[in-house]
Amino acid sequence: MDLQSQEVIKRLAEEHGADRLLVLLGAPDPEAAEIAAETVVLGDPTYAGALAETQLGLEVYHVLEDDIRMQIPPEVFEEQIGVMADVLDAAGLAEAVAGMRAKRP
Amino acid sequence: MLTDKLTIVLGERDGIAGPAIAACVKAAKGEVAFASTECFV
Repeated sequence: MDLQSQEVIKRLAEEHGADRLLVLLGAPDPEAAEIAAETVVLGDPTYAGALAETQLGLEVYHVLEDDIRMQIPPEVFEEQIGVMADVLDAAGLAEAVAGMRAKRP
Repeated sequence: MLTDKLTIVLGERDGIAGPAIAACVKAAKGEVAFASTECFV
């Protein structure tokens, strides 16, 4: 994850509290989704950014997960995400992020 | 869930871009605290 993004996320967690935040991912594959989710749940696995050894335990979902998709007006979802929902491995992405969500401290 | 949280959007260029996800959150009456589109090359 970008180092700048990690700094912003850490600051937002300090300002608003981790319980107030929700992270939505747009990662293209399960591996990338899992690494991004791990960074905001358990800390930066590369130890390069502000979230290294920082277990924020944020609530994190991929935007293609049903729990999120069902909250978005269908016409907006189709317009903004459309064909990518069919191209990407939605089930694999959901499984990867859910697995990391289950590790929230 | 989207309406009672501050959302951090981490889009990706090869997946779903940040502005597209942010537009979905706003359409669901959620609030976006930060949005980015990352690029892994």
